[in-house]
Amino acid sequence: MERRTFLKLTAAAGATSLAGCASAPRSAEDAGEDYAVLVDLTQCAGCRMCEFACAEANGLPEPDYDEKTVDQVRREPSERQWQVVNRFETSAGEVYARRQCMHCLEPACAAGCLTKALVKTDEGPVVWRADKCMGCRYCMISCPFDGPKFEYHSPVPRIQKCQMCWERLRAGERPACVEDCPMEALVFGKRSELLELARQRIYGNPGDYVPHIYGEHEAGGTSWLYLSPVPFAELGFPTNLGTTSYPELTRDFLTAVPVVLTVWPAFLLALRRANVGDDETAGSPAREE
Amino acid sequence: MAVLDFESPRGALAVLRRDLRPKGRLLTPFNVVSALIMATTAVILVFRFAFGLGAVTNLDQRFPWGLWIGFDVVAGVALAGGAYVVTFLVYILRQEQYRPIVRVTVLNGFLAYVFYAGALVLDLGRPWNVVNPIIGNSFGLTSVLFLVAWHFLLYMTAELVEFSPAIAEWLGWRRLHRILVGMTVGAVVFGITLSTLHQSGLGALYLMAKPKIHPLWYSELIPLLFFVSSIFAGLSMVIVEGSLTRRIFEDRVGSRLRRSHDDILLGLARIAGGTMFVYLFLEAMKILHGQLWREIREGWGAWYLLEVLGLVAFPMVLLLYGGVRGKLPAVRAGAALALAGVILNRLNISVIAFRWDEPLHYVPTWMELVVTAGILSAEIWVFRWVVGRLPVLGRRPAWAEEPGRHGASVETRHEAA
Repeated sequence: MERRTFLKLTAAAGATSLAGCASAPRSAEDAGEDYAVLVDLTQCAGCRMCEFACAEANGLPEPDYDEKTVDQVRREPSERQWQVVNRFETSAGEVYARRQCMHCLEPACAAGCLTKALVKTDEGPVVWRADKCMGCRYCMISCPFDGPKFEYHSPVPRIQKCQMCWERLRAGERPACVEDCPMEALVFGKRSELLELARQRIYGNPGDYVPHIYGEHEAGGTSWLYLSPVPFAELGFPTNLGTTSYPELTRDFLTAVPVVLTVWPAFLLALRRANVGDDETAGSPAREE
Repeated sequence: MAVLDFESPRGALAVLRRDLRPKGRLLTPFNVVSALIMATTAVILVFRFAFGLGAVTNLDQRFPWGLWIGFDVVAGVALAGGAYVVTFLVYILRQEQYRPIVRVTVLNGFLAYVFYAGALVLDLGRPWNVVNPIIGNSFGLTSVLFLVAWHFLLYMTAELVEFSPAIAEWLGWRRLHRILVGMTVGAVVFGITLSTLHQSGLGALYLMAKPKIHPLWYSELIPLLFFVSSIFAGLSMVIVEGSLTRRIFEDRVGSRLRRSHDDILLGLARIAGGTMFVYLFLEAMKILHGQLWREIREGWGAWYLLEVLGLVAFPMVLLLYGGVRGKLPAVRAGAALALAGVILNRLNISVIAFRWDEPLHYVPTWMELVVTAGILSAEIWVFRWVVGRLPVLGRRPAWAEEPGRHGASVETRHEAA
């Protein structure tokens, strides 16, 4: 009976150890050919054309643009607005900074998604798929940039976030916000080329930029890259994220899973077997009833 | 194989017809209050599914998981850890003195998983897609949550198999009983393995929330800390709940359990106390390695010390003292405090110290609290129904008396009968 039990367990363990497969890490070199966007905050004039272009291209409600308060209220991307531009009073004067999903090279949201509703596409964008998602919101727990937003007031809620206009990209077009930016503050291209361009701008214009490309290494690197005239902390960007990718944080645990699944049953059965000896010498109180 | 050839299916039907009727007085204070809570829960859930989670909860974009996940699932599953620990003691270490509490503990664990993990479905925004990670059209293999979901499902099945002989005894299915008893060891071994992984997996869920959890609660050791604390959380639950059950279901308790109940609780208290020592050691390592001395001296330090010293170290002393000296009141107090400590720990990681620096912090609505209480009430009703009718605390039919420790002896007994 013990042997049969063991065989059954081994089969079951084999089937479930699938759960432990960790994905192959995606290196920065691999991502060089991905599409990316460089945001040069020294160029942004705060016109918010990109907000309107985004809403129109993605069928979202009109941005909450209010001439009087929009400059004073600090806004966040939301389930109704995939990107927002905020104004900051900084050490270098007024700076406008937009925020949206950063489209990480190794996204925590996609690694954490148990239904693969969120996926990193080959082109670069991280996209959400309605038919897969069960609405558990673990993507929101794991995302270091708070990218995914959830429709709390809908019986059929969706995860809402910038899709980097994946459909347009596949049709050979640029993202809608890039297309409509009159200041050319947004540059679309291959990630490796944009990093090159960003470095050229930093070296070629000393004093205009802080020597830091936000997104080059943050959280393992992102497909959206930022150049800024002031330290990013002044613009409310998270600066405590580290440079390793977030899925890396669970890789050790996931690697241990198949080991435990296969070694544990054998160990437990052996332990049970080993305890038979004590049993026979100690008599059997269990049968006294 | 004549597996489906149950002895007298008509007899089983008669048992069902008899046992589906309520027993005892219906209008007790507990019944009235819990029925009201459950009715309110039903109304709240109608609103929740009609208008979305935002209509009844305080969840928002910064706090996607609240009380329903933090308490019902993350804390609830830790408290349900008693089942795998007690089956480990009895079937692997063959500590036969704990056998009388196996059934009630497994039943408790099973119901806890069904109700608390079941509560997860209420929290899902798109519950109609809940089968996606199961049926294989979208396996998120890199997801810790995928592992946890699968293990919940498999572990519930394992616990049902462990408990199933009681159902067969209740319905008088002798032949099936023999088969189910033969599956017990396999289910136990599989169940312990699954528990090891999903108890720690619940902690591993929070590894990617690194910048959001206060450094006193975040560490790479979270999975290990969750696993170790589930051992003493489960045992403390067995002690507290066992003390209550014995009093409430006095007439259902078998002679063996009656004789040995106090010794069982004392033994479990010693094991729980020892595990808590290991846990405290790990916590100390966490503080040392993380160089968290400064954090301990600041605002959140007092809250952390309340959890670790007040609700782990102090109950550990009570449990060890009571367990060694045979003082049951100390054991019960220690177990109750230890439970509070584990609940606080899970809530700290999932809710309280999650985004501790956020000015507008999540606080559950009264509706979230009522639904949690409603789920708990429903679980108690089902538990009471089962314990009142099935051979859980003892009193088995004569043909299914204690099988002893070898599977073979069951069969010989049946051949003899």
